[in-house]
Amino acid sequence: MSILLKNIIRFVLLILFQVFILNQIPPLHQFIVPYLYFIYILWLPFQINRFWLLVIGFILGLSLDYFTGTPGLHAAPCVLIAYIRPFLLNLLIPKETTEQSYIEPGYKSMGWAPYALYAGVLTFIHHFYLVLIEWLQFGDFVYFIGKVTGTTAISLLMISLAEMLFNRKGRLRTNAA
Amino acid sequence: MKNIFLFIRRYFNFLSFLLLQVAAIVMLSSASKTHDSFFSSLANEVTGSINKRYSGFREYFTLKETNRVLSEENARLKNGLPSNFLPVNDGKTYFLDTLTRDTLGHYRKFTYLPARVVGNTYTLQSNFITLERGTEQGVKKGMAVVGSAGIVGVVVETSSNFSKVMSLLHRNSKVSAMLKKDHTAGSIEWDGNDPSYLTLKNVTKGAKINKGDTVLTSTYSSNFPSGLRIGTIAEIDADPASNFYTLKIKTATNFFSIQYVYLIENTRYIEQVQLETNTPKNP
Repeated sequence: MSILLKNIIRFVLLILFQVFILNQIPPLHQFIVPYLYFIYILWLPFQINRFWLLVIGFILGLSLDYFTGTPGLHAAPCVLIAYIRPFLLNLLIPKETTEQSYIEPGYKSMGWAPYALYAGVLTFIHHFYLVLIEWLQFGDFVYFIGKVTGTTAISLLMISLAEMLFNRKGRLRTNAA
Repeated sequence: MKNIFLFIRRYFNFLSFLLLQVAAIVMLSSASKTHDSFFSSLANEVTGSINKRYSGFREYFTLKETNRVLSEENARLKNGLPSNFLPVNDGKTYFLDTLTRDTLGHYRKFTYLPARVVGNTYTLQSNFITLERGTEQGVKKGMAVVGSAGIVGVVVETSSNFSKVMSLLHRNSKVSAMLKKDHTAGSIEWDGNDPSYLTLKNVTKGAKINKGDTVLTSTYSSNFPSGLRIGTIAEIDADPASNFYTLKIKTATNFFSIQYVYLIENTRYIEQVQLETNTPKNP
């Protein structure tokens, strides 16, 4: 399957999964809202153009926003992590080795520790910014801190579950691709 | 001029990042103020039709519950039929009128329209409900929405076949309410914490209240008919610094499983709102 087609299918599935399954779960606690859709940005290929990365992030956030009725609320944090992603990848992986041989970020292509750091930092930034916007609209500091921590923890749990469930092959880049 | 182009080329990624961020924030801020500017009816139709397919299949799992609620409501309504209240000797029967104007010259004020819920959120700070009924089926902005057990929200946006309802679980939602017992007025809001509880503010401390008292929509509301159930008092918080109670209200509606609702049209809504928003000139 071509990389483009695979990513389009992944986009649709993640948005539908977020809207119709995760958002339908009755809340366990006000601080815990399960978010997984932004894993799409984490899993995009290494070689993607930085400008298109931003645009894809914006579209991803906005399509979720139209389902929840809050245009811009999820789009802003998605654009932010799409902007930060290349810098973080540059810091975390040795140049000229992994980036040359693997297609997309994952624990196989980057190693457990760098990948966990990569996912953790981007998840935290996403939730921090998302809840910050919500907080600026309504304002309650305990709510802000609690929701950032709670939501980040539950998202990291789900990301590790997703990594274990979908054994993405750490495919090597070939000249034919 | 050349330098400007060089600058743009050098910081192209950062500038496009800023641009997209600003776009998102602008959409968000204007949307929370007016609820309609960036919510084009096209996007509403698309998400609405996807939601409809999904809920069409999800409904099978809640058929039993829906049935129970409907039959309960039927029983309650049948109990309220005027034919149940025949006076013993009088020989007269009273029927509910369904015309816009009856023979005594009374005009109908409220009309009920049924609608199916095809989208519902309750985990966010600003929750909306999507109904499969739009302007072509007679829905207008500002119409009140009630479920079988209690009130649900207010229509804030319509497209030709769908409409978007600001649920009571929205930080900007405000409905004027009263206690059933002595008609003391207050206002219902949501503090964003628990979807099963609302907050009733501005109830004067002169009112005698108890846990379990029923809260209804008040006579001051422009879109809700008076006397519809909102919920019951679950907790009383008497802040010594203010003259008003803040009450925690258990909602009558179960927001986790709404399937069918009624839209209520007030035929004198526009006239009332226009008069209320007019600023009086100094005499």
